[in-house]
Amino acid sequence: MSTTQKTLAVAGAVAAALTAVATTQASAQAKEKCYGVSLAGQNDCAAGPGTTCAGTSTVDYQGNAWTLVDAGTCADIEIPAAADGTPRHGALEALDRDQPA
Amino acid sequence: MSRQQEFTRAILNAQLPVPEGLLDGEMRAAGRRFSVYRNNVAVSLTEALHQGFPVIARLLGKENMDGLAGLYLRAHPPKSPLMMQYGESFPAFLDGMEQLAHLGYLGDVARLELALRRSYHAADAAPIDAEQLAALPPEALMSCRLRFAPAMALLRAPWPIYSIWRYNSLDGAPKPQAGAEDVLITRPDYDPQPQPLPPGAASWITALQAGETLATATDIAYAEAPDFDLSAPLALLINGAALTDVLPKERP
Repeated sequence: MSTTQKTLAVAGAVAAALTAVATTQASAQAKEKCYGVSLAGQNDCAAGPGTTCAGTSTVDYQGNAWTLVDAGTCADIEIPAAADGTPRHGALEALDRDQPA
Repeated sequence: MSRQQEFTRAILNAQLPVPEGLLDGEMRAAGRRFSVYRNNVAVSLTEALHQGFPVIARLLGKENMDGLAGLYLRAHPPKSPLMMQYGESFPAFLDGMEQLAHLGYLGDVARLELALRRSYHAADAAPIDAEQLAALPPEALMSCRLRFAPAMALLRAPWPIYSIWRYNSLDGAPKPQAGAEDVLITRPDYDPQPQPLPPGAASWITALQAGETLATATDIAYAEAPDFDLSAPLALLINGAALTDVLPKERP
């Protein structure tokens, strides 16, 4: 392959990548932190040992544990009502309900 | 031996006597209270290894992982008080265990888990706008160099480490197939994302990391994989917020 051909091939591949990126970014959903919707031990975080976040929620739907969800969907997430029948929803800010004893 | 060394050794070795002169709040000998402390140290380091290497723990099972952790934590006690860094030498330790020789992939899977954790804690870096690349004329593109975010990592392994990680981390992921896999880790938002790379891409990124121009790096990748297409790895790097600088001219 001549240098010119190679240059054009690389320029074409870079342009293809940029197009692919523009397409995925347009379709990718922004994420938001949603509190009070995670099952015990399943809140998001990859921080590992010695930190206070990875999988440390100890009760289901713990109010101050969060997970990443598609933006705009947090408050609509349906979770089962509390034991006393009070309805529960996710929230964008930490909640007081369902704290570990 | 200093008092502190004596204390540290006794903490990790239950065969050694309780260091002399340890007293409780009422000036009584510490006695069996020291054993409680010994136990807490071993249990918390074992838990740290379970948390830091969840896929290894899953592959080995809890009992085997607990046993291995007991050996590891005594041979390699933490060098730093930051527990998030604990387990740095765990992959090499797994490689060296004769009893695990039939599971040759364990060390490399542990390297992937360690790299994900490091990526999480790596410094932030502002990614480039993709427009910066689009704006370069073809010749300038060929001679440009790229710089990468500290949260980016590249792993190469003779095992399907990404597929093994995915099968044991994500619900409903397909079973791993035999074969080598190269993995790129990027951190687009809060959490690190591993992605498998097509043939040639790992050499391409390694060359760019070493400061080669886009032209040279691409030649190196073609030599390894004649059907190499840089658009796939480049899109992964841009989507992963892994490119921090485009240096259009010669090295400064």
